[in-house]
This record gives sequence, structure tokens and C-alpha cells, in this order.
Amino acid sequence: MAEVLVLVEHTGGDVKKVTAELLTAAARLGTPSAVWAGPGAEAGQARLAEFGAATVYVADSPDLADYVAAPKAELLARLVASASPAAVLIAGTAEGKEIAGRLAVKTGAGILTDATGIHAAPDGTPVTAHANFGGAVNAQATTRTGLAIITVRPNAITPAPAAGQATLVPVDFTASDAARAARVTAREPSQKSARPDLTEAQVVVSGGRGTGSADGFKVIEDLADALGAAVGASRAVVDAGWYPHQFQVGQTGKTVSPQLYAAIGISGAIQHRAGMQTSKTILAINKDPEAPIFEIADYGIIGDLFTVIPQLITEISKRKAD
Amino acid sequence: MSLNIVVLVKQVPDTESVRQLVPGAGTLDRGAADGVINELDEYAIEEGLRIAEAHGGEVTILSVGPERAAESIRKALSMGADKAVHVLDDAIAGSDALATSAVIAAALGQVGFDLVIAGSESTDARTGVMAAMLAERLAVAQLTLASKVDIDGTVVTVRRVADEGIEVVAGELPAVISVMEKINEPRYPSFKGIMAAKKKPVQTLTLADLSVDAQAVGLAGSATAVSGFEAAPPRGAGVIVKDEGEGGAAVAAFLAERKFI
Repeated sequence: MAEVLVLVEHTGGDVKKVTAELLTAAARLGTPSAVWAGPGAEAGQARLAEFGAATVYVADSPDLADYVAAPKAELLARLVASASPAAVLIAGTAEGKEIAGRLAVKTGAGILTDATGIHAAPDGTPVTAHANFGGAVNAQATTRTGLAIITVRPNAITPAPAAGQATLVPVDFTASDAARAARVTAREPSQKSARPDLTEAQVVVSGGRGTGSADGFKVIEDLADALGAAVGASRAVVDAGWYPHQFQVGQTGKTVSPQLYAAIGISGAIQHRAGMQTSKTILAINKDPEAPIFEIADYGIIGDLFTVIPQLITEISKRKAD
Repeated sequence: MSLNIVVLVKQVPDTESVRQLVPGAGTLDRGAADGVINELDEYAIEEGLRIAEAHGGEVTILSVGPERAAESIRKALSMGADKAVHVLDDAIAGSDALATSAVIAAALGQVGFDLVIAGSESTDARTGVMAAMLAERLAVAQLTLASKVDIDGTVVTVRRVADEGIEVVAGELPAVISVMEKINEPRYPSFKGIMAAKKKPVQTLTLADLSVDAQAVGLAGSATAVSGFEAAPPRGAGVIVKDEGEGGAAVAAFLAERKFI
């Protein structure tokens, strides 16, 4: 069986959940091989083995972190040349897409972005599923090239444990001069919040215009914390300056696909639905019975969020105490 | 210093209109919806204009698209860009991102540039790969996802909105940058701007002008294909309840039933 390369997302030695999702998808197409860029592979090895990685290619060069996207694309291109994989799977993060784009140019291989599902056709060709136009259209896509480059939407594929050897294979890597054109000169990591990452969270609580103010938006954070959820915001909230742009969910913000999405005081314009429509369960709370969000909600309350949410939070803590 | 700035503009269907795919081809039905400038490109146009105003230079709009994309090009010119290049060739229709990047790169090679500015993604395809593909093809610095752009001599420094926070990234001109929503407040075309735009030069280029093989682009020349599509099944009708004082408790019961609490 052909190899399928998975670019590992990690911070320190911690392997991100999306990597487990990618390894699970990779096993449907061939033999999963992880690609570890940077230090810490030994720490992540067990986790990669747990989700079926047969091999872990390890390139620990500072170039991979010191320059934007290009060195990682170059590393993958070299591994494509030596391992002849059937596919390369990359997390659909901002940088992941850029790496995939550069790799497609380098290899001439077809690139499929933001896959929400992956399977092999009877002849083995990778087929990807996509939710287009804000989830209004479901499409399937393939590549015409022997190699498929696929970016995968985090949280869309359920990771399944599968035993693998995760044999570490060191790869000697130094970036070419061409790949060193954009140097990272400083980093300001996001304030580490105790809340889960927005795109990886199982539960997302998002607030909209109905919260009325930056102060009113605090009720969204309170509910999120009661549920152990990530906080999201509609564009109206971000435009008004009530919450930072990095939390915007929608057409021009983040796309999320959690088990539970709670839309609080959000009308649910198509602009917003584009970022959350593939959520498994949708809860809506809104004063306006005509709000379009109710059309896609599994459960909705027509009411004032400032009375419903505090009661809900009290009820959650009561149930937790029981 | 006079900078040759090229801003990439894509005409997309209005996100408020119904977007559908063409049966058989699986491509976007561009005739079925109103065409507007990709709203994220408006930030790129504004940034280009501000850089030209601050450092001196000329802003060229580059757009690949069908005939009607001329409307969006004209709007970009009315915001203040100096001239435009419209790559117009029926053979391009249906091109995927990789094939499109080959066309844009060829056009950039012909037009020449110090700085290419793109929006962070298009609101229709939402691939978010174009700026990176172009930097790769043109072998220049990729300074993407910028929330701030500074130019000092030949060095461009951006604040990049990366996955883990902000990265400060520097590179030499020529470079490809992409800008984030909210980097600036795009200006509205003034009446004077709209009148002036009518007289600004728009050069039309075909694939032959760019020496791009028509077989390597379009639906048939793309490395990817949509193999099938259907309207997403409607979500099952949910339970919608009016709050009569017990709304919060009702939500809690629902969440408990679904094992979220």
C-alpha cells in the first residue's frame, strides 16, 4: 500500500487533535506516515503511534520555524519525491493551506482544500467531501494527478485509535535560499486562554448583536466557561469592537464544526451560517422568532438571552453538583 | 522610490445571493448571482492605495475573469487605482486554484511588480492558497495574512495573523502580501473617482498574450475535478420553544439529553 503523508500539528511535544483526525483519514487511503517538522518528536511519538502512524519522518531544523510556510512545503516536496505517497494530508489551518498551496505548485499535484470527509474510491483514488457556500451544497472532489494534496477542516473527521509503530526516521533538512525569503523576526503568542481552541473545540458558544455591548457579551463567556466551551462571535460583534476579530465565526472568519454550537443573540445571516453550518448540534437563543438561525437550529428558545442564559448557567451548576 | 503595486481583484457572487453549481461541470454558476468585488479584496485595494500614497508609486488592478468582471475592475479603479489588466479568455473558465495561479503568475510576470497585494481569501472558493501559490511560482517573499504592513526602503515587514498568535515577518521586495479583513477601512468611490475611472486604461490580455497553454487551464486542464454534488439535505426541523420563564431550564434539559452536560 502506498504511503500517505500527514503533516503533524504540534506545539512543544503536544500533538494537536486535528493530527489524529488526519491519521485516521490517511489510513483509509494507504499507510499513514507522519511528518514532524521541528523539535519534540520523541515526546509526540506515542500519540502518533496510538492513531496508526507507521513511520514518523522527523526534520528538526530551525529553518522550519524561522521562515513562513516555504520550508515546510520544501520538506514535504522532498518526502513526496522519496516516498511517492498517494496523498499528503495537511490541517486546514491558515498556514496549512499555504503550505499545501506551495506544495501543489512544486509537485503539480491537484489540491483539494477544506475537506470535511475523505474516502478511497474503488480504484483507490482519494475522494474528498466538501461543504460549499456556507454548507448549502455538498460536493465531492478528486484529483487527476497520482498525488492528491488535501487540507482537512479540523473537527470534521472523528479520530479512531489504530495501532502503529511510529518508527522515527530522521530526515536531514536545510531550507534552500528561495525558501528563506520571509523571515519570522518576532512572535507574540496569543494569550493562552483556559478555553479550548475555537476550531478544535467540541462545544462553541457564540454571541451576536443581541448581546448589546462588550459588557453584555460577558454572559457569552460565562456560558462558555460553564460548558467548557470555546467562545465565538458574529461579525456584528467584531465590527462593533465588543470582541476580538480572531474569534469571528463566519464567511470571513473562522469555520467551526463542533459537536455543539450555541448561537446566542445571533440572527444567523448566511454570512454567519457559512462558518458553522456543519456543526453537529445547533442551539439558538434569540428574541426574534423570525431569526433565520431557527431554521437550522436543533433546539431554539425564543426569548431574552439575559434571562435565559443566567437561568441556564444556574441549572448547569446545579446538575454538576448533583 | 516609486513602487509598482499590483492588487489582485476577483469578482465573486454576492454572498447574499443564492450560489449554485453548474450540473456536469461542478463549477460555480457565475451567471446566476450578482457579481461583486470579493469583499476581502477591498482591503487589498485600500492597502495598495495607502502604500502608494505614502511611498509613491502606481497601483494596477489585475483581475482574471469573464467579461462581466470588467464591472468590478471599474469599481476598483473608481476607488483610486491607476490602471488595470483584465485577463480574459474563455479557456480559463473552470480553472482550479493551481491552474488559475499559473495564469496570474504569467500576467504578473508580464506586467511587472514590486509588490503584489491580495485579499486573505475569496468568499466563493475560500481556498486561501492563492498568495502562497504566487509567491512560490514567482520565487519572491510570501508576506501573507497581514494585519499591518510597513515598508522601509526595500524591506517589507508585516504583522502576520498566524494560527498561534501574531508573527512579525520581514522580507525584501519584490514580494507577495495578503491582507486580513479590518487591516484598514476601505474607501468608498467618490463621484470624482467614478468619473475618472471611466477614462483609466484597462488592458485586456488573453492566454496567447501570456504564452499560457490553453490546454493547461480550464475545467479540462485542471488537476482537480468535482465528481459530484447535491444540495445539502435540510437539517431536521428543530424544536423551537418560546421562553415563558423556564427557557434556561428547558435548554439545560435538552443539553443533558444530548449528553453535553
